[in-house]
Amino acid sequence: MSLSYLFFIVLGVLAIASAIVTIAHKNPIVSAMSLVLHFFMLAGLYLTLNAQFLAVIQVLVYAGAIMVLVVFVIMLLNLSDEAQLKEKLNFRKIIAAFFALGLITQFTTMYMGVSSKNAFLPPQSIEAGKAQSIGKELFSHYLVPFEAISLLLVVAIIGAIVLSKRRYE
Amino acid sequence: MLIDVPQEYYLILSAMMFVIGSVGVLTRRNAIIIFMSIEIMLNSVNLTFVSFAAFMGDTAGQIFVFFVMAVAAAEAAVGLAIVLALFRNKKTIYVDEVSLMKW
Repeated sequence: MSLSYLFFIVLGVLAIASAIVTIAHKNPIVSAMSLVLHFFMLAGLYLTLNAQFLAVIQVLVYAGAIMVLVVFVIMLLNLSDEAQLKEKLNFRKIIAAFFALGLITQFTTMYMGVSSKNAFLPPQSIEAGKAQSIGKELFSHYLVPFEAISLLLVVAIIGAIVLSKRRYE
Repeated sequence: MLIDVPQEYYLILSAMMFVIGSVGVLTRRNAIIIFMSIEIMLNSVNLTFVSFAAFMGDTAGQIFVFFVMAVAAAEAAVGLAIVLALFRNKKTIYVDEVSLMKW
């Protein structure tokens, strides 16, 4: 049992627990705050995989920008706790249980297939996670998708403004 | 040399996160909670991408995660604007009370 196992277990258990609180809690603000914790735990998991740049971006974009937006909207709408539905077992819950069962069997079979007890990250993964190498790839090999993403963000900004305007004039 | 966690564990963790996210989408009625469950599912896929990129020693997977994050940010802006417009017109964000497009 090495230190990386300890990190993985602590971060993974906290990530799963905060995700469960996110989907199970009645109060939307508690859900949003536990989702912030979930994003921080994922940033820690990225650090265990030598992806430093993505860990920083995860905290900045997800835990910073997106969750601030979500919390703003929740507080703007002044939501109360979600009321329980009348029927206990409706059609959607049956489908959800079916999906969950299928995926649980899938990852138990994956767990059976775990063979490599001593795994080593390749040494080039340390270099691959740096902002320098990601930027080099992004602006040479993936330049066209990068420009397309900037176009998508412009469209999203215009769409958000148009949708939240009171009247179309 | 430091022993790392096998990649299967990362894949199992991300499968569990995906299950939690899909259960959240299918069981909750609050549109913002459904939106947050979609974010959990996107993040589980991101974790799979990063673990494959790390164990192959390659940058490509991390660049795809970068793109997924940009798309998620665009989705957040537009999705929350739709939720606000919905609340303004219908005075509710519970998806079962909005049946405008349902025949």
